Amino acid sequence: MIKARGLARRFTTKFGPVEAVRGVDVDVAEGELVGFLGPNGAGKSTTLRMLTTLLRPTAGEAIIAGHDLLTDPAGVRRNIGYVGQKNGSGADQRVRDELEFQGRFYGMSRTQARRKAADLIERFDLQGTENRLAVTLSGGQQRRLDIAMGLLHNPRLLFLDEPSTGLDPQSRRNLWDHIKQLRADGTTVFLTTHYLDEADFLSDRLLVIDHGLIVGEGSPDELKNRVSGDLVVLGTPQAAVVATKFSNAAVDGEKVSFRIPNGDRALPSLLRDLDRIGVELHSVQVHRPTLDDVFLTMTGRSLREDASAA
Amino acid sequence: MLRRTLLGDVWLVFARVMLPVLRNPVAVIFGLSQPLLYLGLFGPLLGDGGWQWFVPGLLVQLALFGTAYAGFSLLPEVRTGVLERLRVTPVSRVALLVGRVGKDVVLLVVQGLLIVLAATLFGFRASPGEVLLGLGLVALLGVAIGSASYAIALKAKLEYVFASVLSATIVPLMLLSGVLLPMSNGPKWLYWLSRANPLAHVVDAERSIFNAGSVLLGLVSATALVLIGVFYGVRTFNRESA
Repeated sequence: MIKARGLARRFTTKFGPVEAVRGVDVDVAEGELVGFLGPNGAGKSTTLRMLTTLLRPTAGEAIIAGHDLLTDPAGVRRNIGYVGQKNGSGADQRVRDELEFQGRFYGMSRTQARRKAADLIERFDLQGTENRLAVTLSGGQQRRLDIAMGLLHNPRLLFLDEPSTGLDPQSRRNLWDHIKQLRADGTTVFLTTHYLDEADFLSDRLLVIDHGLIVGEGSPDELKNRVSGDLVVLGTPQAAVVATKFSNAAVDGEKVSFRIPNGDRALPSLLRDLDRIGVELHSVQVHRPTLDDVFLTMTGRSLREDASAA
Repeated sequence: MLRRTLLGDVWLVFARVMLPVLRNPVAVIFGLSQPLLYLGLFGPLLGDGGWQWFVPGLLVQLALFGTAYAGFSLLPEVRTGVLERLRVTPVSRVALLVGRVGKDVVLLVVQGLLIVLAATLFGFRASPGEVLLGLGLVALLGVAIGSASYAIALKAKLEYVFASVLSATIVPLMLLSGVLLPMSNGPKWLYWLSRANPLAHVVDAERSIFNAGSVLLGLVSATALVLIGVFYGVRTFNRESA
């Protein structure tokens, strides 16, 4: 459904050229739900904007939904749906009108567009908002309207750019259910996110991008298995003593953390050994690897820190 | 699926932006308040026979102020994702501009007609043919200025930048067009400066339409402005990252 080779984009700024994306290959098969994960500024949106004809690549080529991105962008546009990062409904437009016009922009007749709009209003729980101005909708409703607009012409391939940014936890969860349902209905979905839980929950497969390059690829579980072992965190006044026993230990005040294979099974005997040498323990935690650990291993920095710093 | 045509696209874009106006026409009425004030509070200062001279200029002023600000309606749609969403649909990007300009020009012509009707109460006289021609010229000017306004708004991106660009261009254009007082009343240098303003020729032509004079130079000026404005607008709208 997507086959891109060496896509790159250079921006010219006052401070010289910036290589936002340095040549990425993207392959997405029909029916897949692929997550494109990376910190802010990694090149996610730039890649997405290239794949959706909004931005011309400075190098590389791609076939999207059967059409050549460079020679037939109109063909690409007819066959994909795109839901951008920001709300796509006009503030002074009524919900039903925006949906109907969206269908007609894709060449549907008025009757077809009206029927499809009614379907989507029901499917995305927007009943009762039909005659309201888009600006009066809640954040979650606006987001669902955006996705409904992206689906009006039944695209086989849907692009979602940071779909849940700015939503409260409940609306987020609801949105995720809708996205899962899309995949179940056979739509191919390509979404960008910098939320690990979102990537983990939704994606069949993940592409990890950092500094404009793809740095990892695989299912969430495959990626997590690349991280060697579980993280054990012990609270103890003798953190330094414990740290000498493990080659990969890190001390943070009265906390020491290290990785061991199968942490949950290894822990009982480990605790007995520590007790024997007189280490006093306040707390014990074992963490399975998260996508953040994956990210840390692949790029040397934490996605969480980056996301909160941004 | 229906066959797509450029005209069909223009119509759809036009219909989408026209619908909110039709549902809430109050803004159009408010747009008339400024020319009506000029008509009632400035026009009478010009004395007998002043109406035939003043009203055509007022129509050009309406075209200038009515369409130069059009770009403001685009900025929120750029800031949110509306324009981006439309740019990913198969709708022609030319239509995204022309459909919007079409709405502004239709509103301009309706407002112009209301001004002409109001002016007849004060003593302005015109034949239906003259009104048709006069509003036609005003519409041409509206197409030119409206297209340029959307393009400049896209480039300016921020309201305060766009607003200062507008005030820096509209005020000199208006002062040097002779809509309020004849440019020939002033010193020679001011008169010749006004000759460099294409709008001044459009004003002259508009006056000629209602007073049986030559329209040619104004029509040429207006057409040139349309070509420049639409070319600039279409180019800006076609630019991928705009």
